[in-house]
Amino acid sequence: MDILKARNIVKQFSNHLALDKVSIHVPEGAIYGLLGPNGAGKTTLLRIINQITAPDEGEVEFKNRKLKADDVFDIGYLPEERGLYKKMTVGEQAMYLAQLKGMKRSEAVKKLRYWFEKFEIQPWWNKKVEELSKGMQQKLQFIVTILHEPSLLIFDEPFSGFDPINARILKQEIQELKKKGATIIFSTHDMGSVEELCNHITLINRSRTLLEGPIDKVREEYRTNRFEVIFEGSPNLLDFTLSSQYKIIENTPVNGTQRLLIEIVDGISTNEIISSLLTRGKIISFNEKLPSMNDIFIQVVEEENKKTDRKSN
Amino acid sequence: MNKIILIIKREYLSRVKKKSFIIMTLLAPLLMAAMLIIPFWMMSQGDDTEKDIAVVEEGTSLFTGVIPDTKTMRFHYLEDARMEELKTTFSDLGYYGVLYVSPKQALVPGSVEFWCKQQPPLEVTMHISNALEKEIERLKLETYNISNLDEILASVETSIQIQTFKVSDTGEVKKSNTGITMGIAYISGFLIYMFTFMFGAQVMRGVIEEKTSRIVEVIVSSVKPFQLMLGKIVGIALVGLTQFVSWVVLTGVIVSIAQSMFLPDNMMEQIQSGQSIMSAAPAAAQASSTIQMTEAQRFIESIYSVEWGLIILTFIAYFMGGYLLYASLFAIVGSAVDNETDTQQFMLPITIPMILGLFVMLNAFQNPNSSIAFWFSLIPFTSPIVMMARIPFGVPAWELGTSLLLLVMTFILTTWMAGKIYRTGILMYGKKVSYKELWKWLRYKN
Repeated sequence: MDILKARNIVKQFSNHLALDKVSIHVPEGAIYGLLGPNGAGKTTLLRIINQITAPDEGEVEFKNRKLKADDVFDIGYLPEERGLYKKMTVGEQAMYLAQLKGMKRSEAVKKLRYWFEKFEIQPWWNKKVEELSKGMQQKLQFIVTILHEPSLLIFDEPFSGFDPINARILKQEIQELKKKGATIIFSTHDMGSVEELCNHITLINRSRTLLEGPIDKVREEYRTNRFEVIFEGSPNLLDFTLSSQYKIIENTPVNGTQRLLIEIVDGISTNEIISSLLTRGKIISFNEKLPSMNDIFIQVVEEENKKTDRKSN
Repeated sequence: MNKIILIIKREYLSRVKKKSFIIMTLLAPLLMAAMLIIPFWMMSQGDDTEKDIAVVEEGTSLFTGVIPDTKTMRFHYLEDARMEELKTTFSDLGYYGVLYVSPKQALVPGSVEFWCKQQPPLEVTMHISNALEKEIERLKLETYNISNLDEILASVETSIQIQTFKVSDTGEVKKSNTGITMGIAYISGFLIYMFTFMFGAQVMRGVIEEKTSRIVEVIVSSVKPFQLMLGKIVGIALVGLTQFVSWVVLTGVIVSIAQSMFLPDNMMEQIQSGQSIMSAAPAAAQASSTIQMTEAQRFIESIYSVEWGLIILTFIAYFMGGYLLYASLFAIVGSAVDNETDTQQFMLPITIPMILGLFVMLNAFQNPNSSIAFWFSLIPFTSPIVMMARIPFGVPAWELGTSLLLLVMTFILTTWMAGKIYRTGILMYGKKVSYKELWKWLRYKN
């Protein structure tokens, strides 16, 4: 079941079209990656889902009915441009933001205590925010985003500005939240974290959706028939005899073995390759090399940009 | 609704808890009370050291015995004294000063000289010049050889003190004092100007602070931008009201404490009985009581006669109206810029009507019913300042009503406009915004 559906969203700003009939379907319990170059319209889409701005056309459905004002209580949003009131104390600030999300005082205090202890920022409760380090402020921002335990969490560029240690904590927490049943949407440029975390993605470029679907399917769709083989034997022999079946793209010797990157010719099955390899040496490993999200991202966006640029010329 | 209250609470508490707010709230009433008390105190105190003053004429003794002694001044008429010597030695001889009169030229300005170690108080010079003027007049009149001159003079001597009365539409009579009314008109007009500017600018700074600290998008994911703006405006309005009310209350307390300390009891009784007589039988009965009043008593009495209730109520109404109007404009400016230095380009349309209002106010508190004062007290952008300067003089109810109604309608309009511009502006970063841009934001669907 999809927890969130956005259909044909159009948003026009004075000088440019920010979103041109963009649709996304976020399955319940997914970690959903919203990808795209800068200025593609990701933040605008997230703002529309959070009802910060309204779309010119199209509609958003949350839990199978039209998105309504009260749904903000069931959504947590960590914007890309995020900050805190510098002059307020950490505790006051957290309480204020929690109450704005509809939490009762007693409930907010209880949950804040839990998270503050978990993230080890309890001693900072009465300190002013401006005294906190950036990492601590980020922890605090994360806590107030998830504190009201919404069923949908939206993170816009959550890892930007995080040091590797905090980024790892954040990733762990995101997976933890998913286990507890929350659905998570996050937008990012960090393709590594997409592969690590996401099971669904949408790629937006120049206000339009280019790709949507489960990440495995997307990667299979863009498979290039490349395999990585670690092999003991003479590489020259391989190259010479089997060029009709595959092409060797890379060949690096590693500790007396060969690590090969091969591209299989269309119509040849992996079994055929393996059996021909078997006669010429010892196979240590044989893996399909799916394209990384990074490769797909660059490939798709560049192709699309060339196409549209040609059209407009 | 609940959320707006949360926002109002935060905006209010975060400002009221500031040290600068507390200091301002406590210090200003002391200054205001001092402004009310000191002039009165000075009038009642005066200088009570005794002064011996030498009077010297050259050759004649026309003015001997002319200047009467008072409680603090004794005049010694020295014959055969040499002015040149006295000029340097009067202090050693125990004189406070030397008065030199040259009878031949007594009519020429500057021909009467007073030599003294310090600047003599007004009391002294006034006393001397009054006495001399009278004597010279008498001498001149004598040359006309009118018989019974003294009797004639005594019978024509008059003294006029204008006592003004304000008659309201209902026929109620109030004693008034033009000077005090003007003072109050000026102060309340200026206070409105100050309050509107001070707290309006706080709204602007608050919006900019939320933008630069990047908290605003976090907040508007929980509340509507309009709610955030309104909560801020109302919260800061309450800060302004708190300050105003505590100023009024504290000033009242300080003044009444000071009164009980400095004023003799019977004087207060006189004033109060004078007032009760006045309200019972306006004209005749009080005549005798007022004439005997000293300057100080009259000052106090006119302070009591001011319609403080009306002034405070209308002040609050016009402060709220004017503030809400300008605060929404300030909110627009705050949402359109990234930091305070960029606000300059948008401040002009706000400051011009306010300063215009201030200028008209400076005219209105002298001519409260001039047509310029009338019109500017109806136009919403200047009405709070100008009307406040007219109210102490009495303004017809319909004018007050129309002016307030226009003000309310205008601030509803500006708040609505500000809401539309604000919600776009707060999410714009690093963009140089023009008026054209603001106009576009105003017309965005959402």
